[in-house]
This record gives sequence, C-alpha cells and structure tokens, in this order.
Amino acid sequence: MIKAAENISELINDLAPAAAVRRVRVRVLRQDTAGGESYWERFEVPYEANMNVISVLQKIAAQARTQDGRRVAPVAWDCSCLEEVCGSCTMLINGSTRMACSALVDKLLEENGGEIELRPMSKFPVVRDLAVDRRRLFRSLERVQAWVPVDDSYDHGPGPRISPEKQQDAYPLAECISCGCCLEACPQFTKIEVTRREGEPEAEFETRRRQAFDAAFLGAHAISQAMLFNSHPTGGMIADERLETLTGKGGIQMCGNAQNCVAVCPKRIPLTRSIARAGRAATVWAFKRFFDR
Amino acid sequence: MAQPRILVIGGGLAGLAATMRLAELGVHVDLISLVPVKRSHSVCAQGGINSVNALTRQQGDNEWQHFDDTVYGGDFLQHQPPVKEMADWGPRIVDLMDRLGVPFNRTIEGFRDQRRFGGTLYKRTSFAGATTGQQLLYALDEQVRRHEVGGLVKKHEFWDFLAPVRDDSGRCRGAICQDLVTMEFRAFPADAVVLATGGNGLVYGRSTMSMICTGSAVSRAYQAGAWYGNGEFVQVHPTAIPGADKLRLMSESARGEGGRVWVPRTPQDPRDPRDIPEAERSYFLEERYPKYGNLVPRDIATREIFDICTTEGLSVEKDRLCVYLDLTHIPRETLDRKLGGILEIYEKFQGVDPRSMPMKIFPAVHYSMGGLWVDYERSSDGGMEEGSPRNQQTNIPGLYAIGECDYQYHGANRLGANSLLSCIFSGLFVAPTLARVAGVAGGGDTGRLFEAELRRQEERHRELLSRTAGTENPYGLHQELGNLMTRVATVVRRNDQLAEAYGEVCEMEERWRRCAVSDTGNWTNQNVVFTKAVGDMFPVAKLVLKGALQRDECRGAHFKPEFSMPGIAATDPVEKRAEAELWCDRFEENSAKWLKSTIAACGPDGHPEITYQDVDTSLIPPRPRLYGLVGAEVIEEVWKERLAARAAANGHAQGAVAMAAAH
Repeated sequence: MIKAAENISELINDLAPAAAVRRVRVRVLRQDTAGGESYWERFEVPYEANMNVISVLQKIAAQARTQDGRRVAPVAWDCSCLEEVCGSCTMLINGSTRMACSALVDKLLEENGGEIELRPMSKFPVVRDLAVDRRRLFRSLERVQAWVPVDDSYDHGPGPRISPEKQQDAYPLAECISCGCCLEACPQFTKIEVTRREGEPEAEFETRRRQAFDAAFLGAHAISQAMLFNSHPTGGMIADERLETLTGKGGIQMCGNAQNCVAVCPKRIPLTRSIARAGRAATVWAFKRFFDR
Repeated sequence: MAQPRILVIGGGLAGLAATMRLAELGVHVDLISLVPVKRSHSVCAQGGINSVNALTRQQGDNEWQHFDDTVYGGDFLQHQPPVKEMADWGPRIVDLMDRLGVPFNRTIEGFRDQRRFGGTLYKRTSFAGATTGQQLLYALDEQVRRHEVGGLVKKHEFWDFLAPVRDDSGRCRGAICQDLVTMEFRAFPADAVVLATGGNGLVYGRSTMSMICTGSAVSRAYQAGAWYGNGEFVQVHPTAIPGADKLRLMSESARGEGGRVWVPRTPQDPRDPRDIPEAERSYFLEERYPKYGNLVPRDIATREIFDICTTEGLSVEKDRLCVYLDLTHIPRETLDRKLGGILEIYEKFQGVDPRSMPMKIFPAVHYSMGGLWVDYERSSDGGMEEGSPRNQQTNIPGLYAIGECDYQYHGANRLGANSLLSCIFSGLFVAPTLARVAGVAGGGDTGRLFEAELRRQEERHRELLSRTAGTENPYGLHQELGNLMTRVATVVRRNDQLAEAYGEVCEMEERWRRCAVSDTGNWTNQNVVFTKAVGDMFPVAKLVLKGALQRDECRGAHFKPEFSMPGIAATDPVEKRAEAELWCDRFEENSAKWLKSTIAACGPDGHPEITYQDVDTSLIPPRPRLYGLVGAEVIEEVWKERLAARAAANGHAQGAVAMAAAH
C-alpha cells in the first residue's frame, strides 16, 4: 500500500531547473488588424532545454517587451492542444509551414543561425500577428460533403463490417487535423481575402464570402477527405455527388502536381495518393456520365 | 423569440452530440466555441471508449458489470441511476459512432477490435488507433457540419461565454458572449443554455489538458449561482510525458496493449534500461496488484508511481521524477497499428523511439471528476427518465451541463475510456430534454435583462483594459497558482498545506486585481481574455482546496495519508478476522460520514459555501475498494457477511445478488 510521502509532493512535475543564461532571439512578422500593414519586431527570451515555439511565444506574451525593452502588446497566435492533434498553431517557422507546438527550438536554432523567424500563413487572411482566418478550409469540407450521410443518430445496430486492410487504408486519411499546411505549401491554392463592405449586413457578407470560396480551389485536404468518405461503405452512397464537386469549379483539375502538400503534412497523410485516386475516379465517373446521357 | 433556440456552449464531444441530436429533432442551435469545434480538447483523448460488446458478453460481461466497475472504480461517489443509464447506452453509442464512420480498429473478420483498460477485467474498449477521441470528435463534427449546411445549426467559433442571463424568477434565458476577434459583446437569448465546456486543468498550470481548458465558463456559471459538485476530485493520470509547456498524455492504452511499468531495483541505475536484466527490475504494479497488474485504476497507479519515486527513491532519474513505461517487448507492427498516434507524440517531443527504448513518464493532472452539479430524474427501472426537464439541469432552471464539466458520472475516480462515453452519452441524452424545454420556457420581455448583463460585462472588460499601470503579471500569477495547486492538491493532500494554500490563493486573487494588461486594444486581444480567465480560476481553486481540506478521508483520487486505512497486519487467522471486523466498522463509520457529494455554492463574499448531499447508492451497495490491500480477502469475507445479514434483514435482495455477481 501507499506510504506517506513527507513534503515531497512539491517535486511533482517539476523539471530540473535549466541554466537560464542563454537567450533565444526571435523575429516576428506582426500585423495589428485584418488588412493592416505588417511589420517586423524582434524579441528575446531565456533559453530552456527542450523548449518549443509555443513556450517561446508564451514567454513573449508574459514579458510583452521587444528585444530593446519597448513595451508592446503580446504577439497573438492560435494554439490549443500543444501535441499536434488540434491543428491550431500552424505558422511559417524559419520559412516553412509547420505546427508551432512540435517545432523544437534546439533544432530551429541549428537550422537558422541562432535566430527563429515566425510569420503568419500567407494563404489565409491575417486576423492579427500569427493568427489567421482558416474558415475557407472548413468550407471546403462542406463542399465535398465530408461526412457519412446517415439517416439519423438513433440505434440501427453497428456500422458496416470493414476489413482491417480497409481500416488501415482509411485511418491515416481520417487523421487530418485541418491545420492547413498542405494549402499553405500548394502553388495552386491562392489567398482569398473578402472584406466586409461598409454597412453590409452580416448574412450578405457571409454569402459573398462563401461564393468566393466556392469558385476557388478546394485544396488537398478536402480532396483527401472526399476520397476517405467515398471509400466508406455508407459514405460512398453519395460518391457521385462528391465526384461532381471534384470535377467542378475549383476541383482536382486545379492540382498542378507540385506534391508540396504531401511533403509538409505534419501527419504524413498520403495526400498525393488521394489526389491520384480522385483523378482516376473522376475520369471513370465522367465517362460513365457521358455514356449514361 | 421567433423560433425555439438552444444555446450550446462548447463544441467537444458532449456539445456536438447534443447539437447533432437537437438538430435532428428540428431544434435550432447556436453553438459557441473558443476555437473551431474540430479543435476542441476531445481530440486529445487517445485510448478508446468503453461499452459491453458481443465478445465480453459471452465471457460473462453485461451492462450491469460495466455499471458496477464504474461505481466501484469511482469509490461509490456517483449517484447510481445516471451511471446505470450510461452503461446501458454504451453498446448503442459505440454502434452509432461506428455508423458515423469512425475508423475503429478491426479484427481479421472485420468486427470492431477491443482492448482492455484500467479497472476492469474485460476487453470493453473500442479504439481507433491511439487517437480515438480525435476520431469520435471528427465524426460528430462532420454530422454537425451537415446540419449547419441544412440551416439548423449556427456556429459561433472564436467566441467566449461570459455569463448566463437570468430572469426575475431565476431562470436562465440565454447568455452574454464575446467575439474573440472583434471583441464585440452579444446577447444570445435561448430557451435553454447547455454548458459543455470541459475540464479545468489550467487551474493547475501545466496538465494534460489543452490551453483552452481554463474552466472559465464553469467558473462564470458558478459565480452566477450554479453549484459545483465534488470539486476536490481531480484525476492525476499515471502516465504523462513531462514538458515545459504541457504534460503530454501517454495513454492508458499503452498498458492496455501490454505496456509494463518498472523501475530499476538499484536507485538511478546508470545503465541503458535495455541492458538491465529482468531480475534487477521492479515491475511494482504487477507485483503489488497481481489481479489488475498494470491496469489498476488510475488513482492507484498514480499514487504507486509517485510513491516509488518519492518515498522509495527509485525514480529513474535523479533530478527529475519518472519511471519506465516499456513497450519494447511488443512487435513494432502491432505498436504502429494500435498505438501509432501516441508513440509519434513521444518520438516527436522527446526525440526517442518508444518502440525500441522504454519511455520515461510521470503522473500529471488530467481530468476533472468534479464539475457543475446537475440533477436527474430516476426512472422506474433505476436509470434516468428520458426527456425529463430535470436531467443534466443545474440548480439554475434552464441552465444545463454535460460532458466533463458536469460532476455526474465518475465519482471519486474516473475509469479510463469512460469519459468519451459519458461525454457522448450526456450530450445525446440531454437533447430530448432540451427539445421539450424549447419553445415553452419563459416569455415576457427579457430585453432589459440582456442589456443589463451586457453592460456589466462591457464594464468588466473596460475596467480590465484600463489597468495598464498594474504591478502584477497575469501569466506569472497563473504559473504561481498552478505550482501551488499542483503541490498541495494533487496526489497527496495534507490539511496544513491545504489550509495554508487557501490563504495564498485568496492573496493571489487580491493580487490579480492589480494585474496589468499589456494590450489595451479592442481587436483579437488575447491578453485581456487570458487575464479574465485567470481571474476566474481563483473561485475554482478555492472550492477545490476547501472541499479537499474538509474531506477528512481517502476516497478515489482524494488521498490524505492521515486518514488512510491500511490493510490487515495480523497473521494469525483469529486476529486477522478480528482486525477485519474493526476495519469494516471503521469503513462503515467513514461511509456514514463521507459517502456524500460535496456541493459548493459561491458565497456573497466569493468564498465557497460547502454542503453535503447523500449519494443515491440504491442499486449497488457500496463496498470497500480493496485493490491490492493486504488482507483484502478477509475484509471482503467479513463485508459480504455483513451485507448478506443486512439484506436478509431489510429485503435488499437485489443488491446482494448484484454484489455476489460482481465477484
């Protein structure tokens, strides 16, 4: 059984104190408001062993001072889980699109001569500093109907039997965290920034923005989700509708086969395989539709 | 109001399950979330979801057993009817998630595969790799997106819940929320408000929880008059990866798939762990708990790991407390297929491959068993009456709570893989209740109520923004609070420390009033939002500490050495028997005094006012939790005799039968 531990509860979770003499230099591309001017600002925080970009940003928030001691507002950024599963903290770190939580400072300093450079993603409108508006990414999921069209959520027994091979094929696609790395790296995916007009009602603005999204490229993540749901026995019941979207405006024909998406995906999702499958399925579907006419 | 509307706060498993079912019932839903709902903390759940299944059923398992394991694991602190209802729903819920496309791991024949989790002897846990929470959340997110397209659901992402709005009769008629981008305040009138806002790990500084798990929404409801139940019961997960920004979870599924916890018998043995022979390793959980082995309930595994590192000085490292969690004996292919997600986390953040090198892990704050007090209506079969307006309702009429932020399902300790179940269950189950409330609640002009609360919130915000000359740093204060709470209110608790800490938290709260904000702007001001959230942590910290201070016993996650009940020391059978009788006497006295829910109400001075409420244990009579205790068999024998005698005396036959069946 458990014996009493005398005054040691304070040791719980405490890490060895690191020598805090070294400093980490950080350069951040800031922007105060949506659509505003961007500008660089430098910061310095004490180095700690095993720190990641999130801990650096947390320290910047706490000190709220630039390298030269000027008081500034903390850098804004999105984060939540800190273990690369929520998809929040995507940014450009030393020029590459990646998740801030899994970007370890030691490695970054090695790469970039002792300084870390942080910029917001360039393919999405900046909200503030490193925080961007990625709602277009979620709109793409609506466009491809990335869901299983079930009757309802009442009890109808278990789902379809699925072989382990099929599960192992589908599972990596289902791990997509909607971080947007694949979109940032894609030459075909270009920024759309729709701003609200003076006096424009919210609903009208939303409709106009949605129309702009719907005319543009879906992106690798959505194509892969379309393939995921088309491969599911129930999800595949609306496979044709998804293929119609994929062959429509902003569909797979936009893909230039640069293969950047698969290279930057933090979850190593086989995006190019999904795109290739989508291309084949779309061709077959187009033929079928042609002859069915 | 034009049409019936429900306001759901929080888009994790519980909030999305409720939203999905409400939309199906034709009810309009406004869904508020701090982040895009797909990024909710439910994604961090790894191991799986429990339910009785076809296989375990043939091994003697049934819903009642699942129910029994849950209340026994929770040290009988839960009202039993809701737990029974949840266990009954388990198989249907897993079937549903399967239909929604969750890629559960499969057997070679194509059935769902299951693994074993802590606190049970059956393989009840369905899983999708080691990212089950993520997969379940995505399935619900997809269905809610579908309803959003259909027009019944309106999402408000990057919005913060600030306060419920109550009418003159006390009923909740909506809420005030704030847009975290534009900082705009807005009133959301609704027929009912449901909080599904998760746990409050950030009160402990670093934990396994996400940065959004500040507990602020619950704290704001509590400060507005909602009761908080069992606040002192906080789960410390046995296995997490220590980190400077976060303590990342290493799922119980690692042990469910055969992972073994050990330390070298020689303190801080400098050898490569792989070179340490079996005989020189202590598999202390397997040695002390032969029946459950590495899968003892979490509170017990946590205390043992903590104890072996501290009291026994067998931590693997000298400067940092940790033990080995070893998977290296399991084939790589199996590990990748069943645990890939969590092994990648370890590899990415520690730079070591756990498939070939034992992991170093230590306990971390993980789950809030406590939460908003909620009601239920008992059905004739001992479960919950579906559709009753009382189910999941807080003491504020019209304000409901579901998921981790309610206190209802896990008692003094939650079993692994039961949280995903309780979140989805409470979300689905509350929907017909809300649908019934929608459109019939209230009436009258509520405009002035909303305006008054809106102004109050705007004023609070303005006051914070004006504090540029303050002397305190909100981030530093948060860290101080976290360190204090972690030191005194986690694995081992002592009254002197708790009492002292209470005073310190009150001082910190005072200091918070002198916090300076470094951003005074009104656009995506994360600084002021965080400062506000920190301010709302103190009321929660106080109720946790006061609840812990007052509860002079050991129950589940709440462990006070001063009040622990050691096993039987005697070896002589007669003496053993006598000692067991005394042990059972003491257990009964303790139950009479402490088998009660802690209910905290926020007093006018901001201090928690604590009362105790009897627990409905009418279905399964409480029994001593004897995992690994020396002399457990003789205590159990005495206890069974007493129970049988009592059953014979008052006709409590069903309970006795259930009790016998459970062993």
